[in-house]
Amino acid sequence: MSGWSLHNGQAMALPAENIDTDQLIPARFMSTPRAVGYGGFLLFDQRHDDAGKAHPDHPLNRLRPTVLVVGRNFGSGSSREAAVYALVDFGVRVVLAPSFGDIFSGNAINNGLLPARLAADDHARLLEAVGAGLAAISIDLTTLQVRCGTLHLPFTLDPVWQQKLINGWDDIDLTRAHGDEIAAFVKVRADRHPWMLSGVGV
Amino acid sequence: MTTPRTLFDRLWSAHEIVARPDGTSLLFVDRHLVHEGSHHAFRKIAERGLPVARADLTFGVADHYVPTRGAPADAEIAGMIDRLAENCARHDILCFGQGDPRQGIVHVIGPEQGLTLPGLVINCGDSHTSTHGAFGSIAFGIGATEVAHVLATQTIWQKRPRAMRVRIEGRLTPGVGAKDVALGWIARLGADGAHGHAIEYAGAVVRALSMEGRLTLCNLSIEGGARFGMVAPDQTTFDYIEGRSFAPSGAVWDRALHDWAALGTDADAVFDRDVELDASDIAPIVTWGTSPEEALPITATVPDPDRAPPQKAAQMRDSLDYMGLVAGRPLAGTPVDRVFIGSCTNARIEDLRMAAAVLAGRRSRVPGLVSPGSSQVKAQAEAEGLDRIFTEAGLDWRGSGCSMCVGMNGDLLAAGLRCASTTNRNFKGRQGRGSMTHLMSPAMVAAAAVAGALTDVRPMLEGRV
Repeated sequence: MSGWSLHNGQAMALPAENIDTDQLIPARFMSTPRAVGYGGFLLFDQRHDDAGKAHPDHPLNRLRPTVLVVGRNFGSGSSREAAVYALVDFGVRVVLAPSFGDIFSGNAINNGLLPARLAADDHARLLEAVGAGLAAISIDLTTLQVRCGTLHLPFTLDPVWQQKLINGWDDIDLTRAHGDEIAAFVKVRADRHPWMLSGVGV
Repeated sequence: MTTPRTLFDRLWSAHEIVARPDGTSLLFVDRHLVHEGSHHAFRKIAERGLPVARADLTFGVADHYVPTRGAPADAEIAGMIDRLAENCARHDILCFGQGDPRQGIVHVIGPEQGLTLPGLVINCGDSHTSTHGAFGSIAFGIGATEVAHVLATQTIWQKRPRAMRVRIEGRLTPGVGAKDVALGWIARLGADGAHGHAIEYAGAVVRALSMEGRLTLCNLSIEGGARFGMVAPDQTTFDYIEGRSFAPSGAVWDRALHDWAALGTDADAVFDRDVELDASDIAPIVTWGTSPEEALPITATVPDPDRAPPQKAAQMRDSLDYMGLVAGRPLAGTPVDRVFIGSCTNARIEDLRMAAAVLAGRRSRVPGLVSPGSSQVKAQAEAEGLDRIFTEAGLDWRGSGCSMCVGMNGDLLAAGLRCASTTNRNFKGRQGRGSMTHLMSPAMVAAAAVAGALTDVRPMLEGRV
């Protein structure tokens, strides 16, 4: 995964609260191989009628935002990383909200998608600034600032996640550097708590 | 003098391999449970040519896509079940696959097989992994990238969450159970009320709950935003575990018990947040909206957006519109089209017994499915004659799986139908595109079946429990 520190893009508002991962990608699409591309599945049931025909008036069927300003508790529910794949494959790099589902945030970071938290009043001001269409926006990961028109707002992000996004770190590579510590831990554990490791047939 | 510690503190430090100065730790994972949805993660390690680090601590379970009757609904669904079996076989992972007598929903069979034990770190690529915390473990759901990481290393990086205690004091009244307690606190604090926290459930009510009840309580932690829910182990926990297939025995059992007895929270330990509920205040609860936080006692009326704070009103209108409900009308009496008893939340033997206690000698006015939480729960229920109570009431007695909680196996609710459901999510489209879900306890779903409408189960239980 490649890192990034500045994104200049187009923001769109999706202000509904509690947009859960079942809405972000309905379960029936999750057996699809990722190589197919998940962008078309994003918020599929909102964007299409019962026959699967796209609603021409849904903003995501008209506009191609790279930044979404969304409502409270975005990405709650199921741990499906496919919800993040749908956003990323659609072209979204940043979601801004007052709060996010914890598992969703972790999945987002692992795929280079920034879940940026805004204070409630800043969130309201940004929604107003973005309005009903697309608005030019700039997100700086180094300073944790978002600029939209004359607005200049801070957002919050766990510092660990900030570094991970900027550097594009891969956890498996990081962990493998700790191989000796893991081996030592396992040995002590096997001696002290044999039932924890043996699993079968203690 | 040592600093007082919470159960979570104890478990966290016991699993910490590396503690980075930035507050993130590398934790050892004692049990990793994978299911059909883990295919993305298996592909990720295959692309990098990585083996599974600890196949002996990894267990496969077919649950999300398995049929509850007959053959898989279509070739793609069958392919998901086959792919799990193939990935497990390739990596020498024990798989409780379709047709295995130990098969069932991952969060039901972990405890049932004795894989879930106190003091462990347990991961699964499913948000309801918090369920296993009922045994006094750190158990949490992870995404596909994290599943791949656990497969490759048997460890996981985590930022330490804040500590929260939910104390439930007093006594539950008849017809009120763990599901009502959970929906009660989520309605009070919100679906994001416990974001960033690990919850320890405590108090007289929790101590008096069976393991089944504690599992339901911990299961729903994620619906209030908490990735972790836990209960300190006690004699109820130990009695449940003893003799199970994968549980320790003999001299190792004695050592384990000695260890487990020390797993608790010190009396003077401090939590970042403390919440207290009085159980005697809790009535049977149903959801009326499209988030688990949108829940009220069955005795209440449909809430009125015009009387709500402005920041809540838009959300409320949207939910009522989707659910086809009219503000101000009583919740009781809302007609339902279907009932569903199942899922990792409420499909254990005690749940089926409660539903059967209501349904015995009565008929359901609407069609519905009963899907036991595991093949073993199904066998036990049949040995107790519960299956006959359900079928004589007119409900469909099925096999075990996630079924109509999430509809991945094709057990779906048609658009426009309203379902009283023992599951965990009333999200838009969760049980099928355009379907409407009301969450409630197994007893309340049984009552809704008998009445053909949302109704208070308590009068129906008189003389029966």
